[in-house]
Amino acid sequence: MHDDPAVSIEHVSKAFGRGATAVHVLHDVSVTIGRREFFTLLGPSGCGKTTLLRLIAGFETADSGLIRIDGADVTDAPPFRRPVNTVFQNYALFPHMTVEQNVGFALEEQGLPRDQIRRRAGEALEMVRMQSFAQRRPAELSGGQQQRVALARALAPRPKVLLLDEPLSALDLKLRKEMQIELKQLQSEAGITFIFVTHDQEEALTLSDRVAVMQSGRILQMGPPRSIYEAPTHRFVADFIGDINLIEGEALASGGIRLPGGATLPGPAAAPGRVTLAVRPERAKIVPAGSGVIDATLVHSAFLGTAMLHKLTLPDGASFLIREADLSAPMPERGGTVGLSLPVEALQVLQA
Amino acid sequence: MNLRRFPATREVSIAVLAFLYIPVVVLTAYSFNANRTATVWTHASFDWYARILTNPSIQAATWNSIVLATAASIAATGIALMAALATRRAFPGRSTTESVLNLPLILPEIVVAVATLLLFVSLGISLGLGAMILAHTAFCIPFAYLPIRARLDGLSGSYEEAAQDLYANRFRTFRRVTMPLLWPGVMAGFTLAFVTSLDDFLTSFFLSGPGTTTLPVYIFSAIRAGITPEINAISTVMLLISILLVSLSFFLGRLRR
Repeated sequence: MHDDPAVSIEHVSKAFGRGATAVHVLHDVSVTIGRREFFTLLGPSGCGKTTLLRLIAGFETADSGLIRIDGADVTDAPPFRRPVNTVFQNYALFPHMTVEQNVGFALEEQGLPRDQIRRRAGEALEMVRMQSFAQRRPAELSGGQQQRVALARALAPRPKVLLLDEPLSALDLKLRKEMQIELKQLQSEAGITFIFVTHDQEEALTLSDRVAVMQSGRILQMGPPRSIYEAPTHRFVADFIGDINLIEGEALASGGIRLPGGATLPGPAAAPGRVTLAVRPERAKIVPAGSGVIDATLVHSAFLGTAMLHKLTLPDGASFLIREADLSAPMPERGGTVGLSLPVEALQVLQA
Repeated sequence: MNLRRFPATREVSIAVLAFLYIPVVVLTAYSFNANRTATVWTHASFDWYARILTNPSIQAATWNSIVLATAASIAATGIALMAALATRRAFPGRSTTESVLNLPLILPEIVVAVATLLLFVSLGISLGLGAMILAHTAFCIPFAYLPIRARLDGLSGSYEEAAQDLYANRFRTFRRVTMPLLWPGVMAGFTLAFVTSLDDFLTSFFLSGPGTTTLPVYIFSAIRAGITPEINAISTVMLLISILLVSLSFFLGRLRR
């Protein structure tokens, strides 16, 4: 067994169109995706995540750079010569074939004998609990059932890498939650690499071993969901994932950061000049006025069931959210002045 | 505003429909008339249908029409299919190409027929079935092209991407996915082309050589000799065939994917 990564993307760029009207979709993107990893490309529409997936599948060709699958250079290989399979956003099940014929399609192209095709198509359908629908046509299935068949069809030829292009976006919320759990189970059972594209940050955090957050054709930050959530490095990443508070401050040459209102925090470390600090609403606490790092005005409190959400205004006019999970904490008075406690380790210094 | 509330909408509609269809109904009715004079009704009979079945010139003309329509519509459908696939992706001059393809629909047929006659004569191509097949193929192309194109436009490209993703090369993708999904459109196009060729008079009239009369040309020359109920019977048969084929084409075009 060699240890080549499942997929490696090296300095890949891609533009659509030519000359002045060209749209640059990917700028010098490099990623290495490991074996058996659940890797997610996350970003808003137009960030280049789907184009990157299509480059790996072979539906688009890179303008420059290199794509390797399982160590082999496939940069210019057509889709039918790549050991990857795709689950399409609209499923793209062949309407003129039965479920079983759909799932057996790739096996037939690989030249397997009839009885093996039947057996392996049956196994793949069993994996997604659709074996009783083998003789149906795709049009006779519900959205969730079509989704399962699409998964079985892509898994049947046992690809090295499975590519999933927003596969859950057409399902309603309840079904989507169920399918998320099934996807995760399938991935660990099948033991193959999943590359998953989504614009849903919650989905990305729940499913992935590693997430790459993309914006305007670049990967801004890459890492395990927890580090993306807790330690965003870019303002865009912080904003895109979950609720976040941003504080404009000034890093001092003597070390420490001056906050609005004049108080100075001993950290975190930053180059002198204006900085933006990020802190999650659940990491900040309300304390009695004067005993925190900043005093703020409480504008509004709301009961969320499992927590209280407090909305504050900072001395510079910026608003600040606090999620207080301890429901027995003393209720501050609306319109009153409260103190804000910020643990230094919860603060992130952001790049613009 | 509801169109039905305009005064006399119903009466005008009925008058128009009557004007369009009464002649056809009368023609059909008189094909079952026993009297030799086409306009005097005596009693019902199938004599004229028996007569056209045994008339050797009608048999020859029918055979010519069927051979011509089959050959021309197969050729036209093949060309139309290739044209539809070639114009699928955007390229400079795509809309011009499509206009040229569909030009036979709007050009005056008499002009095209005369021009084709002159061309064939100057090239030394002898008139007859071969010449007619060439000319019919040309004007049948748009009739075959339009349903195929409509089907292709409704076909998501992701089916073909899925096939290639599942290890089918370009040829296998075409054979296993594109063609089966396109098939109803191809059949609809073929049927429309067939009916168009079957029905054509002008081009056939100019290009038919000796012994290659088609059914419409035969009907035309027979009428010049005097209207007989035999003509009514042939016309009724042609009417039925056309209605059947056009209905078939319509249902094929609407077939679910």
